[in-house]
Amino acid sequence: MTAELAIDVSGLTKIYGGRAVVEGIDLQVPRGKIYGFVGANGSGKTTTIRMLCGLIKPDRGGGTCLGHDLLTESATIKAHLGYMTQKFSYWDDLSIRENLAFVADIFGLDRAKERVDTALERLGLTARAEQLVGTLSGGWRQRLALSAATLHEPEMLLLDEPTSGVDPKSRLEFWDEIHHLAADGITVLVSTHYMDETARCHEIIFMSEGHIITSGTAANVVAHAGLMTWAVTGGDLVALMEKLKPLSGVDTVAAFGDNLHVSGTDGAALENAIAPYKAEKIHQWREIPPTMEDVFIHYMAKTKGDG
Amino acid sequence: MAGLFPALRRMRAIMVKEFTQLRRDKTTFAMIILIPVIQLLLFGYAINTDPKHLPTALLVRDHSVFSRSIVSALEESDYFKIIGSVRSRAQGELLLRQDAVQFVVTIPEHFGRDLVRGHRPELLIEADATDPVAIGSALEAVQGAAAGALGHDLTGPLAHLRATPSPVDVRVHRLYNPEGFTRYNIVPGLIAVILTMTGVMMTALAMTRERERGTMETLLAMPVHPLEVMAGKILPYVLIGYIQSFFIIFVAELLFNVPVLGSLWLLSASLVAFIACNLALGFTLSASAENQTQAIQMSIMVILPAILLSGFLFPFRGMPEWAQIVGSALPTTYFIRIARGILLKGNGLVEIWPNLWPLFVFMVVITLVSMKRYRRTLD
Repeated sequence: MTAELAIDVSGLTKIYGGRAVVEGIDLQVPRGKIYGFVGANGSGKTTTIRMLCGLIKPDRGGGTCLGHDLLTESATIKAHLGYMTQKFSYWDDLSIRENLAFVADIFGLDRAKERVDTALERLGLTARAEQLVGTLSGGWRQRLALSAATLHEPEMLLLDEPTSGVDPKSRLEFWDEIHHLAADGITVLVSTHYMDETARCHEIIFMSEGHIITSGTAANVVAHAGLMTWAVTGGDLVALMEKLKPLSGVDTVAAFGDNLHVSGTDGAALENAIAPYKAEKIHQWREIPPTMEDVFIHYMAKTKGDG
Repeated sequence: MAGLFPALRRMRAIMVKEFTQLRRDKTTFAMIILIPVIQLLLFGYAINTDPKHLPTALLVRDHSVFSRSIVSALEESDYFKIIGSVRSRAQGELLLRQDAVQFVVTIPEHFGRDLVRGHRPELLIEADATDPVAIGSALEAVQGAAAGALGHDLTGPLAHLRATPSPVDVRVHRLYNPEGFTRYNIVPGLIAVILTMTGVMMTALAMTRERERGTMETLLAMPVHPLEVMAGKILPYVLIGYIQSFFIIFVAELLFNVPVLGSLWLLSASLVAFIACNLALGFTLSASAENQTQAIQMSIMVILPAILLSGFLFPFRGMPEWAQIVGSALPTTYFIRIARGILLKGNGLVEIWPNLWPLFVFMVVITLVSMKRYRRTLD
């Protein structure tokens, strides 16, 4: 039943200069689902995506992508895959139409002109088709990139931080489009820095320092972290933050505007640690359900401590 | 006044930063050090407009003592290096066309007898004059060498023959460029050098630009074979190379009356190999260059020797052995000889073959290397 899985890989490892930047990645992604890659910069998200789309060869491990072997059938995989790079990477000195036509030619698409026209229409760029891509704004470039990556009707989309540097409204529209594509049966693997976007994925994969730390639905990941979080308001929060940080039982302290989130995995130890400060009655303390942001910070702090 | 010291300090900070960056930028650093060193070595040692030990073939039809004296005098002059004998004029001419020798010296029949009788026999020197600079000094030396050599032999009753004019009539045939026009020599060389410059640099830039802008990643993620990318990238520049070559030939013929004796079809066929060499070389460089600036710097490292060591600016045979070895590792060197041969000597395939096959070898080797390098682009 491999065909039911869009991605089925195990032990994927990539070594650069003697150091494993990605190590032992096991991943099963069913077709038609949206999976989100979450992790800090340099956690190995981009490298993993590049291995999955055949841009770089894994040093160890393997598996299948869309039912084709990752190591020996990368040409076949590429033909059924749409990939959006982290940085916008279409040709600035070609027009919108020329870029799309180039993609159509490379993929050997039939009815190329018709497809390009349809794509332009869907983008709402028919009138500006002859404009050079270099003159487009960020939001438009990103929509063009998605349109170009889906021109050949791929079975799977790999999107590497597609929404970075895009305004909130465009971001929202972009995710609506992603859900439309998934509804049509396209598998989507997307990496992101935005915690609010994790809620829009069917499942998320948490990466840190080249390893998968945890995965599951957003709610599961938060629950699985076993975190207890207190929100503090009022008083001198910066001074309080410095006092709380060294205490045992307090794993992370992070400022969110006029809020301070104090978290720990050992609930009793955390309460002991903060008890004296609660008693001062300078600040208002309130226990809250941890957010994805808290979980993210928690995992980042944890891997740093282990390292 | 108060502002002076902080201003100096800021300036110093910027200088320190520049030097630090420079030290870490290996390519620029190498350029700064290597270019003066290369130039110094080249102009100091390699470039010699008074080349000696020029390869010479002999056609000796007279076996008198005088003939032997002439031959040893030529050798002792240091300008001629006798590399062998030929049996006919045709054989001598083939060697000249193939660039195997610079001179063919013919000592006619009855040379000794005519000399003794005071008939001033001819001593014929056929010179490859495509590069007039290369042969000038050697030819000047001949007259004196001949007279001097015979001076020792013409004694006793023959002593009166030593008197001027010279007992021997030295005839020089400057072949392929009788007027000794330097431009005849420069134009075919210019085709080679311009193709090297533009070919190497343009391809190196075209590839690095893709990498710098990130579009290389998009390209690699698409189902397109490296060979297809390479061919697609290179072919437009092959066309540009052809246009450049024929433009130069056209202008040279129009303005400078540079002769076009050989077949332009043969030249076109050789151009394919030469242009491919340069483009593959540019492709190889682009695989190592991180950005467009580095690509330019690396291209210059290739272009400089191609101008200075290929026989374009200075006579190839005037360079010391090590410089000739370096020059022999450059496709430009071979193409210059082919172009001069076809345009000025009217050479055909047989005559250019000794210089054509190395071009094909270069083409295959460089293409293979560039393919290998390109595959590893992202890894």
